[in-house]
Amino acid sequence: MSLSEPITVNVGPQHPSTHGVFRLRVTFDGELIVDLEPVFGYLHRGSEKLAEERTYTQVITLTDRLDYVSSMINNQAYVLACEKLSEVQVPERGSYLRTIAAELQRIASHLVATGFLLNDLGALATPLMYCFREREKILDLFEMLCGARITVSYMRVGGVFQDAPEDFWPAFKTFLEEMPYYIDEYEQFLVGNEILLMRLKGGNTVSKEQALNASITGPVLRSTGFSWDLRKVDPYEIYDRFDFDIPVGEQGDNFDRFYIRLQEMRESLRILNQCFKQIAPGPVRANVPYLYRPPAGDAYGRVESPKGELGFYLVSDGGIAPYRCKIRSPSLLNLSAIKEMLVGWKLADMIVTLGSIDINMGEVDR
Amino acid sequence: MNSLLESNVIFRNVYCFWAANPGNAEQCTPVGAVAVKDGLLPGGLEWLAYVMAGLSVILLIVNVYLVFAALYTYVDRRVLAKFQGRIGPNRVGPFGILQPLADGIKLMTKEDLVPAGADRWIFNLAPVVMMSSGILVLAVLPFGKDSFVVDLNIGILYVFAITGVNTLAMFMAGLASANRYAMFGGMRAVAQLISYEIPVVLSVVGIVMMAGTMSLVGIVEAQKVPFIFVQPLAFFVFIAGSSAEMNRSPFDQVEAEGEIIAGYHTEYSGMKFGVFQAAEFGAVLITSALIATLFLKGWEGPFLPSHVWFLLKLFFFAFIFIWIRATLPRLRIDQIMAYAWKFLLPLSLINIFVVAAEVLLLGDQITDSSGVSMDLTTSDMWIMAGINVVVAIVAVIGLAKITGMDARESTKVANVTRVIKGT
Repeated sequence: MSLSEPITVNVGPQHPSTHGVFRLRVTFDGELIVDLEPVFGYLHRGSEKLAEERTYTQVITLTDRLDYVSSMINNQAYVLACEKLSEVQVPERGSYLRTIAAELQRIASHLVATGFLLNDLGALATPLMYCFREREKILDLFEMLCGARITVSYMRVGGVFQDAPEDFWPAFKTFLEEMPYYIDEYEQFLVGNEILLMRLKGGNTVSKEQALNASITGPVLRSTGFSWDLRKVDPYEIYDRFDFDIPVGEQGDNFDRFYIRLQEMRESLRILNQCFKQIAPGPVRANVPYLYRPPAGDAYGRVESPKGELGFYLVSDGGIAPYRCKIRSPSLLNLSAIKEMLVGWKLADMIVTLGSIDINMGEVDR
Repeated sequence: MNSLLESNVIFRNVYCFWAANPGNAEQCTPVGAVAVKDGLLPGGLEWLAYVMAGLSVILLIVNVYLVFAALYTYVDRRVLAKFQGRIGPNRVGPFGILQPLADGIKLMTKEDLVPAGADRWIFNLAPVVMMSSGILVLAVLPFGKDSFVVDLNIGILYVFAITGVNTLAMFMAGLASANRYAMFGGMRAVAQLISYEIPVVLSVVGIVMMAGTMSLVGIVEAQKVPFIFVQPLAFFVFIAGSSAEMNRSPFDQVEAEGEIIAGYHTEYSGMKFGVFQAAEFGAVLITSALIATLFLKGWEGPFLPSHVWFLLKLFFFAFIFIWIRATLPRLRIDQIMAYAWKFLLPLSLINIFVVAAEVLLLGDQITDSSGVSMDLTTSDMWIMAGINVVVAIVAVIGLAKITGMDARESTKVANVTRVIKGT
């Protein structure tokens, strides 16, 4: 029997480590978590409703602001849904450019996740700065592609809005050559660190059954040992052409979630290398007008975002704007098993788990 | 009264400047005193000169301490920035060196809030207690040859007694803030600091045994060979334990920013927050100074003046603390406690036994007016150093294996992430 009186603390919405404005109402017994309740909605901007007021092309700018560290992949999921709706054929080069952008974005997003996880572990921003050093190079590449770094709006229905400039390719090649060395560096520094292993190993596990029940996807699901990656099981775009593997964990603990991201960066680099070899000149965009009207009907486009399955369900009534736009956001669903993951662990583990799930409040609250 | 006049140059100079007269000519003639025939004060007012001399010394020491603490915040930020591939503060003054001044002005002009539910008295008292414990330690620290306020014969005991008050200050701040994060910080502070006090104090026992004195000046003079070589185990325990006592990473539970905002000083604003910060950075300086004194011969060194040597050693250890802080992630609270009780405490006990046996076997017994003590020659110390390095390595590795503190070893089997090949 515990002699101490449980206390309830509101962790967030203003807290340094909740990755935005996430609120957890936690009951502690000393340092031990005995109960917790997540409270969402502090960053709700009504993206789904706003999408109904905009034309199909304008909605792309809204998708940038969902998961603002992986805007390229958000763009891709949305335009894939639009293309399914209106059965547009994307030119070869357009698909390749999209894949390049998406995989670069995946690396960038995983770098952010790794860096902030280490920040949550209390490593005082040093690993974060190291991760951001490489993310910066990816953002520079994005700047060459489309002029923007975060809110890119690069993709269009039927392709991408412009071809990559001449000086993109040498910079891209340098990046491909340098990046494996940096990933080795992270692995050497981080996976070899005993404190990190002590903190991450075996903690806050989620079982395969729990994960599937809660429709958890992405690295969190793969960490439980379930091999599920939409790029393999439902190849969209041109992913069936590439040779790559899916890293899978065993324990479903914090360490597996963290380590899978490191491995996925390597796999993304493999895809990028194949893209770089295979890409051929040609048009980058199908002839789709700016203000286009897809036929009435509905479509669901989904991609494997860095956080899991990101899907857009679009209903069209034949007009210039979607009748309904439903976003299936992986961050929100990945949080649905958070109580099972956290109860019985310590306050410090809570922060680390939030980091290892890699939530992004822009996407959770939409 | 006489001891201060004899031992402290600054004190003697100030005293003689005001009160030199034929009556105390003996005290004012030794080398170092200002050559004034007659003091400015008329005779019979020596007590006033004594007070003024005391106040001057206090003023000097406290100001130097605060200036160095401010300077250290700048050094800390710059060095940390270099570790992280950033530039750090470089806008205010040359190389940004006036940044602490700008920070101080900012903090002083900020609103000083006291939360509505706070226990106002204790809330306001906590920063004062925190600061004063740091300043009081300076009384016994030897900054250079013959530069110390007072050479207490129980110096090291005094240091530990005074720094222990830090815990109280943090607990006061944590409880009085009426904030649950602050309370977490206060609770953690009490648990952690009391646990680490024990191995730190025990690690110094070996040094006291070898030096035969608790006076910090005596310990410096007893180091024919720097004790860092003679007692590597004690050095390791001391540096690990004291970095926990200062709440520095990887033991910065008490103010773990990502977990409990700022811990015990979450609710503090304005200059009260500044006082906490200054006291914390000051604690790093004091700990570095202690390590330099206990393990690296304090002020002693060839060619350069003793004060310069002392500062060099001090900033060397301060740099090491920044380095540790920039490199390591934080431990969890139960792991921190386990580390203190299961790892550092046995190590410090091993150190005591080994050193005691060596002193008994190698030392020559001398009996003089102060009692019986053991005298160790330089060659004795080198022999001890050789033995102790081996003991340290064996003890650390062995204990890590026994207690399961070696995370890489215990988790090697599970460290597999499978790769499912493409379809």
